[in-house]
Amino acid sequence: MAEAKVAAKQSTIGFGKAEKKLLTDPLDSNNPVTVQVLGICSALAVTTGMKNALVMAIAVVFVTMFANVITSALRNSIPKAVRMIVQLIIIATLVTIVELTLKAVAFDSYKQLSVFIGLIITNCIVMGRLEAFAMANDPYKSMLDGIGNGIGYGIILLMVAFVRELFGKGELFGTKIIGNTSEFLIDTTTTWGLGWYANNNLMVLFPSAMFVIGAIIWAHRAWNPSLVDVS
Amino acid sequence: MGDLLNIFIKSAFIENLALSYFLGMCSYLAVSKTVKTAFGLGLAVIFVLGITMPINWVINSVLLSESGIFSTDLTFLRLILFIAVIASMVQLVEMIVEKFSPSLYNSLGIFLPLITVNCAILGGSLFMVSKEYNFSESVAFGLGGGFGWFLAIIAIAAIREKIKYSQVPPALRGLGMAFMLTGLMGLAFMSLMGIDPAAF
Repeated sequence: MAEAKVAAKQSTIGFGKAEKKLLTDPLDSNNPVTVQVLGICSALAVTTGMKNALVMAIAVVFVTMFANVITSALRNSIPKAVRMIVQLIIIATLVTIVELTLKAVAFDSYKQLSVFIGLIITNCIVMGRLEAFAMANDPYKSMLDGIGNGIGYGIILLMVAFVRELFGKGELFGTKIIGNTSEFLIDTTTTWGLGWYANNNLMVLFPSAMFVIGAIIWAHRAWNPSLVDVS
Repeated sequence: MGDLLNIFIKSAFIENLALSYFLGMCSYLAVSKTVKTAFGLGLAVIFVLGITMPINWVINSVLLSESGIFSTDLTFLRLILFIAVIASMVQLVEMIVEKFSPSLYNSLGIFLPLITVNCAILGGSLFMVSKEYNFSESVAFGLGGGFGWFLAIIAIAAIREKIKYSQVPPALRGLGMAFMLTGLMGLAFMSLMGIDPAAF
């Protein structure tokens, strides 16, 4: 009986409207950062530069996807009383995999990000999606949900990092874009006439990330009025 | 005793986990709509921080350090063990709240299990390790840090209750405004940095 049920569920694997919705909803109307308010801590910590934000976003997509799939596959055999410990062990294992992979493949990024990769364990997006989605849905849907939420988080991360790195350091991906410079190949002062810009040190501090995310939420809700708080 | 009081005040105000280090922001922003739920979550955080900090101190110095019972350096296990302790304590708090206050349990919703991944808890434990506190100092640090977080969430919840009556642009209402307010409060708290309570 139970096996027949599982078979019936698995037969629904496909890519229809419902599946597409799982993937695209987190990008807009159910964005993990601006709507569900998950994963703010790391959004503050790694967004001083685009490069760190990009590596972090990829790592989070990987971890949310596999954590969702594994938890969803095990969801019927996890006792409710110890579910958090089980979930955390799954997440911690995946984060360790990411950490070791980065160490082997991209050692420079690993050295810059080492602390923040560990912080994925305490990134509430992963845990939040496990609790809210993977514990109640089959592995295939959970996988799509994980990918969607990871990407939705990554987009916000990159947007915040763009503003903070550009205005805080005058750089993007470590390359000078605006501001006075003498140590770079392209002299921005003469090439584009952008030498007048002085770095805004507020943008490097933590509170600026709050302002930038607040502004993103403002723009997002102005564009999609169905999200506006009525209370 | 004076030292312990200093650590308590320092961790509550000067090195406030929420507003100076921006730890535990997810639940801080999501559960601060009303003072009542913020109060409940704040108490839960004080409780969990106050309990996990000494337990993690014991684990760190008795099991993991080189002078501990295994006399080998096992600090690479620190993160996993700390998280396991925090997760079991949160599960305990969840069971207690569910039993004694079902209404609080319902209003806290998903954010009670999320205390586990509240980086204020894990971050607090890691700070405790890096600052090399002894047992009683770690208790004071845990309670102080929890108290600071409690004050911060109460403060923002009170501001958010008041700001409902202001004419905020519709798209900025609620969450957007909460982010801006937290940023402003963080700027204000930066002025406390560098104060040494022992000097008074």
